[in-house]
Amino acid sequence: MEEILSRASKIAEEAEVFMVSSEETPVEFETNRLKHIQTKQGTVIALRIIKDGRIGYATTTQSDDIENLVANAVATSEFGTNAHFTFPSLTSYPIVEIFDPEIEKITTEQMSELGQRMIDTLIKHTPELICEAMVTRVIVNVGIINSRGGQAGYRQSAFTAFIEGQLIRDTDMLFVGEHWSSCHPLSESGSITAEVLRQLEWAREQAVTPTKSLPVIFTPHGIASSLAGPMIAAFNGKTVLEGSSPIGGKLGMPVFDKRLSLRDDPTIDYRLGSGPCDDEAVPSEITPLITEGIISSFYYDLQTAARAKSRSTGNGHRSQGGQPGPSPSALVITPGDTAFEDMVSDIKEGLLVEQLMGATQGNILGGDFSGNVLLGYKVENGQIAGRVKDTMVAGNIYELLKEVTTIGNDTRWVGSFLSTPSIYCPSVSVASK
Amino acid sequence: MGHTELTTYHPSRKLVSDMADIDTASQQLAEAFKVQDADYIEARLSEGETSHITYRGRQLESIGRSTATGGNVRALVKGGWGFVSFNDLNRLQEKVELAVKQARFVGKEESQLAPVEPVAEAVPSTIIEDPSGVSLTEKKQLLDEYNDIICRYPKIQTSMINYSDSQRKTIFLSSAGSWIEQERRDVALRLAAVATDNGEVQQAGISIGGLNDFGVVRGLHAEAEQLAKRALDLLSASHVKGGQYTVVLDPILAGVFTHEAFGHLSEADFVYENEQLRQIMTLGKTFGESYLNIVDTATLPGLRGSYKYDDEGILATKNYLIREGKLVGRLHSRETAAKMNEAPTGNARAISYRYPPIVRMTNTYIEPGSASFEDIIGEIKEGLYAKNWYGGVTSMEMFTFSAGETYMIRDGKVAELMRPVVLTGNVFDTLKNIDAIGNDLDMNQGGGCGKGGQSPLPCSNGSPHIRIRNCLVGGR
Repeated sequence: MEEILSRASKIAEEAEVFMVSSEETPVEFETNRLKHIQTKQGTVIALRIIKDGRIGYATTTQSDDIENLVANAVATSEFGTNAHFTFPSLTSYPIVEIFDPEIEKITTEQMSELGQRMIDTLIKHTPELICEAMVTRVIVNVGIINSRGGQAGYRQSAFTAFIEGQLIRDTDMLFVGEHWSSCHPLSESGSITAEVLRQLEWAREQAVTPTKSLPVIFTPHGIASSLAGPMIAAFNGKTVLEGSSPIGGKLGMPVFDKRLSLRDDPTIDYRLGSGPCDDEAVPSEITPLITEGIISSFYYDLQTAARAKSRSTGNGHRSQGGQPGPSPSALVITPGDTAFEDMVSDIKEGLLVEQLMGATQGNILGGDFSGNVLLGYKVENGQIAGRVKDTMVAGNIYELLKEVTTIGNDTRWVGSFLSTPSIYCPSVSVASK
Repeated sequence: MGHTELTTYHPSRKLVSDMADIDTASQQLAEAFKVQDADYIEARLSEGETSHITYRGRQLESIGRSTATGGNVRALVKGGWGFVSFNDLNRLQEKVELAVKQARFVGKEESQLAPVEPVAEAVPSTIIEDPSGVSLTEKKQLLDEYNDIICRYPKIQTSMINYSDSQRKTIFLSSAGSWIEQERRDVALRLAAVATDNGEVQQAGISIGGLNDFGVVRGLHAEAEQLAKRALDLLSASHVKGGQYTVVLDPILAGVFTHEAFGHLSEADFVYENEQLRQIMTLGKTFGESYLNIVDTATLPGLRGSYKYDDEGILATKNYLIREGKLVGRLHSRETAAKMNEAPTGNARAISYRYPPIVRMTNTYIEPGSASFEDIIGEIKEGLYAKNWYGGVTSMEMFTFSAGETYMIRDGKVAELMRPVVLTGNVFDTLKNIDAIGNDLDMNQGGGCGKGGQSPLPCSNGSPHIRIRNCLVGGR
């Protein structure tokens, strides 16, 4: 890395070298049994330079490919956009624990036992279930150095467990599943299978909703598959800078229900979205986005922040070797005080949305979502009456979250990027066959 | 720096790596295969370069170039698979050993693979216009022209342009004696316009792609103009009311519909070990009316999903999935073909050397019928005409696909523009509800397909105009 930096620094005003190497071991199950073990070793080195005021960028997978890497960065800098920022100099970083050495002791045998145990638990409950599962261990090393003396690096462990059961009766197909992730290895799978069993119980019967506006509870998974996409787009500093965020001009103004608070938080120990810094070596920090319904800030990387005359919030992330751009680290919606059971028992006729399919494929910039209820339940007289099918839910987050009925106390992580409770909305448009 | 393994530069590696090109590595792997005790071993090695240019509004946002070299080894022992992928082309013997060890740990049954004759071939590339032969200056100038057209309108708040091209050479070799070298160039472009007015935000876009031909992204000036106007028009468009409609799909959206509504269900890896699904997907079963024919083929030149050999070294073939309304075929890997006792189709694909091949579509389309567009909409009193696409997704039984452009149909004529809609269906009745198929087949070359964590895979899909009765549409 130093060699690349020193060569690049000779021909450019500024330079930054980012290197990530990882080893990922997924243990995969198909049709209720172990099928596939993989080991994926990978390295990417990214060079970003500022030459004649413009940004050049190149990546390679070969650490001895220095000449070509520098040449590609120089070639692209001729056409690159003007750099409005400078790289961060040497600084201190918050201490965020994201590596558990126990992960190195986990064997593929143990991972395969864990997967088989999850499957066996579900099959015992519903023998005709066909399960897929994947247990994955990842170790990632990240290093960043730049020509201003800035340097940062960390090692992160990750352990994920995923299971999905498929139940087919005639041509009716039901999919129920759960995903778990942490920097700690998982030894006990009971909470994962308990969640899947709960869905299997609820889906025993089928029910039909009318085509009209109904009260709807979005569970944490339901929020991730519908409301989260438009939120992530709207709070992106780049969307705001371009004037295409509906909340861009509303900093300090109440837009959402005053019980709703949302923050980006990369400082929680042992979470996959956590770390001491972002991918530009800017220290991690908690960024409040919605504070009691009021828009309190947006999230930024270095370049967007400089153009917007703001400052980086430590959200410069790279996806698949690309250039850094603003992206949330880990979104956290503050839980409310209503028990999930109380939300359900409050509804005379309504819907519980667990998974919405296709909802983020519309005009998410405008806050719209519309999707098929892949997994959801009709609520009748305060009870879960059965699974709904061939049902569409549509709405706009700015209308829907302006005034919610209640926010749950059942907060949990959905995937690695979102922690949220259930949210109960008084009236959402539902269409069904 | 806290982690020496990242920062230490190994001077000795330079000497080794000078020789570690993928041709040399393929020879070393072929030797390594010989001393391993496995039912089957294969490797894919690849080297390539990717360039991208993106614009957001008037600003060129980013431009970059990436080179990647890497490979993988996949081993099969007693029905169990092991897979190792890497960027480091040294110590290949150890990687083969690890893949075999993993496979041996998994394997407890009997390995089944459809038989294949070994192939030794360096497939000549059929490049029409090489994107890597077009200078960055020329690419940027072309994109500038499109961007200027979109940004000319005052209410267009911003544009989004994503261009990328890639070249890749891949060597496939197997313990059965195959050695195949293939090359491809991919080009992809998305143009989008975002319009705003009084806090309303609307967007319109198009996606274009091509194989081995930079020419597909030239001459899109009229399309750029149209999408800017459409984004503006959407600001004043009304919402569709949710419910069931007679819907006419244009060739592009009907292509997405074909891919989501039926294509994925025909991928045999969903079916081959699932007894209930096998019964649902029995060959000969009726899925549509007698005029419905659906094909998947990688053999058509110039389409994004095309290739000569798949990532298991199997020759691509043309496959009817539905013929005269009946299920007649499905897409296979060597393993799914063997386990279902059907012929391999050459549909095992991986997005890169980082992933094992899985069963995927290539170019999927509905064959043309005889109806004209006027025939199709003429008898509709009230319905929707949905064009273009945002995306689509399936859970096998149920699927959604979203239109980029929607119009009301009133008394047999295309009427006012509406806000974009998401449509949904159930594979077991929606295909039967197709009651008219046009004569105007067109292929959609934009976007990519995602499955099993592998996205985006270059695919194309297409159809003539089609009419679907009782299609459920989300709306307010």
